[in-house]
Amino acid sequence: MSTLLIVALVGALAVVGYVLGVRRAMASADGDLRLLHSLKGYYGQNVALLVLVPSLLVLVIWMTVQPLLIEQSVLGMISNTDVAQGSSRSLMMADVRRVADGLDVAVAQGAMSRDAASDVRVDFTNVRERLASVGVAVGSTVTQSTLEAAQKFRALAATGNMIRGIVVLLIAAAGFGYALKQTDKDFRARNVVERGILVLLIAAASIAVLTTLGIVFSLIFNTIDFFESFPGADFFFGTRWEPSFSGRGGASDLGFLPLIWGTLYISIIALVVAVPLGLFAAIYLSEYASNSVRSIAKPVLEVLAGIPTIVYGLFALLTVGPLLVNIFGADGLLGVNWMSGGTAAMTAGLVMGIMLIPFVSSLSDDIINAVPQAMRDGSYGLGATQSETIRQVILPAALPGIVGAVLLAASRAIGETMIVVLGAGAAASLSLNPLEAMTTVTAKIVSQLTGDGEFNSPETMVAFALGMTLFVITLALNVVALIIVRKYREQYD
Amino acid sequence: MNDMRIVKRDVDMNDIKISAKGVQVYYGDTHAIKDVNVEIKDKTVTAFIGPSGCGKSTFLRCLNRMNDTIDICRVEGSIQIEGEDIYDKRVDPVQLRAKVGMVFQKPNPFPKSIYDNVAYGPRIHGLARTKADLDEIVEKSLRRGAIWNEVKDRLHAPGTGLSGGQQQRLCIARAVATEPEVLLMDEPCSALDPIATAQVEELIDELRENFSVVIVTHSMQQAARVSQKTAFFHLGNLVEYGETGQIFTNPQDPRTESYITGRIG
Ligand SMILES: Nc1ncnc2c1ncn2[C@@H]1O[C@H](COP(=O)(O)OP(=O)(O)OP(=O)(O)O)[C@@H](O)[C@H]1O
Ligand SMILES: [Mg+2]
Repeated sequence: MSTLLIVALVGALAVVGYVLGVRRAMASADGDLRLLHSLKGYYGQNVALLVLVPSLLVLVIWMTVQPLLIEQSVLGMISNTDVAQGSSRSLMMADVRRVADGLDVAVAQGAMSRDAASDVRVDFTNVRERLASVGVAVGSTVTQSTLEAAQKFRALAATGNMIRGIVVLLIAAAGFGYALKQTDKDFRARNVVERGILVLLIAAASIAVLTTLGIVFSLIFNTIDFFESFPGADFFFGTRWEPSFSGRGGASDLGFLPLIWGTLYISIIALVVAVPLGLFAAIYLSEYASNSVRSIAKPVLEVLAGIPTIVYGLFALLTVGPLLVNIFGADGLLGVNWMSGGTAAMTAGLVMGIMLIPFVSSLSDDIINAVPQAMRDGSYGLGATQSETIRQVILPAALPGIVGAVLLAASRAIGETMIVVLGAGAAASLSLNPLEAMTTVTAKIVSQLTGDGEFNSPETMVAFALGMTLFVITLALNVVALIIVRKYREQYD
Repeated sequence: MNDMRIVKRDVDMNDIKISAKGVQVYYGDTHAIKDVNVEIKDKTVTAFIGPSGCGKSTFLRCLNRMNDTIDICRVEGSIQIEGEDIYDKRVDPVQLRAKVGMVFQKPNPFPKSIYDNVAYGPRIHGLARTKADLDEIVEKSLRRGAIWNEVKDRLHAPGTGLSGGQQQRLCIARAVATEPEVLLMDEPCSALDPIATAQVEELIDELRENFSVVIVTHSMQQAARVSQKTAFFHLGNLVEYGETGQIFTNPQDPRTESYITGRIG
């Protein structure tokens, strides 16, 4: 039974349940609305919720657990000799899955009968070609053991899906029956629905948290793999970043310091540009600008936020870089030779700063506008000027929000990639000169993974270690900021 | 009213502090104040009374140009303080507001400590030369606001953490700390218990020695207790203005009489 069909059936049952719930409640009160404990819609919602929530919850859990279980049992069928032929167990497993899916597709398209699909043998049919003809590409010739594993996979999946459908529908039916039986004029449907909504909201919140945990775990395992083949001390304290890809041979230097230095340096340049400009723009817009100016300037500023970062990258590469070379380069306006090429930390930092201005300004603008007018009146009433009022009353009151806006901008800056790739160059360096090329953690993650190195060498696995470290650093940043904000709140709330 | 007050009044009634002529106020298309003429005397307490929404706060805010901060608000006519038109282009509203202080209808302490709230005005206007000076001003103002005893042990706690009535008195202390010549008070006692009210009324009486005070109130008793002059507003018009004693005992206008006796509200 397909997932879609199950969901549709459960949904239909919920709709029927709603209608019956309302009817039953009305009947129990002899049609007099005032005798009901809750509004009649609540009885219907109660039934619908009891049908939907438990059954769909089971469906979701089933759908995540079943493939794992099937994989476990199929994995045993792949013989070790097959694995030895230059590929790993997980690659074999991927092949099995592809073949199984391919057979399903072939059946669905009518290219094979159901029986033919479960009877295919390698010696009679060229499975690879058959599958290619229905549009499923398999990497290598299909061996007998792969095929058998795939058949087992299909059989298990079919039984599993069957049982799943039955179980889910039974649960929905049980919810339906139970809720209808409960329905009665004195039943407190309103309170139950209220609690149901609370549960839904909590579920939504936990999904966000769980996803974050999932991301962390997926990074952690790969990171541990990396540190098994590369010494941690060399990674964290190495001052040179010179990966050598397997083709060229030789050991790599995978020092983290030049990368994080580049990330922080460029982010700080960006924030130095974005925070004052964004904040001043926000203050102008919210405190000084007339309504007509505001209604034009604010959207215009926010358009900046909609520009894709690759466009900013081009702007850095084609405009800002050459401009800076014209000023600081060999034959430049200043007559100094500080800058040899257009790609530099300064180029990327300036452009990134421009990109961040609308973030800072539109968030701060909202926050400043949220400061009550009574605060301003109080200050003006004591004979303060507009800028005194802003500095001494409005900004302190808005500070927690502004710190939040700046942090958001900081994490954008740290995570930004395209502008860095195009504007800052690719050479990792631990230089103090902002006019020199630098690179960042994110840019290197991209370049390590887009090469054609094997997916298990330290040179590629380092990307996970980089990602993880970046994650920990931004997390620490946010925690520190939260502490600051909270401390401030306690003082003035 | 009692005789003592009449004697005192003769001594004090020297010159006119604020003189408003033909004042009209519009909020967009709403005509909130209609042709108000009033002369407010120096060293006098003037009470504004009238039903809710009649424009008392609006008129009060004209006197220190607080209406400038409302975009849609337009003020016409002339308002002079000591002969100088305050709506003249050359007049700096900031300077004016330092001279004409205000306590708002709703308490609005800043999100700062109690001390910093009171020290705000003196700091801006450079009224204290040393820290000790400032401490003294803060203590004196808090005493005048009748709140010193409650907050003297927690001067550095946030002002927003006080109760509504305490916040109201903190705002009064904050306003008197800048030593204004005129103090405008918009229902300063609306959130206060009888004891604090009595203390604030005492303060108003004390301020009268040097300043002129304009107070908006919904309490007839309070108007009668603290003020020497009373103005009755109704639907944006100044219906009657005169000696407090005369307004309360012998009103000329039937609308005043019915308001005082509780028939319009
Ligand atoms: N900011 C504003 N925008 C538009 N209209 C306003 C504004 N403030 C006041 N008004 C209008 O002006 C009129 C007078 O209001 P005002 O606040 O002066 O009344 P009030 O006499 O102080 O009343 P209360 O005793 O309830 O404080 C009311 O009709 C009110 O709706
Ligand atoms: Mg008012």
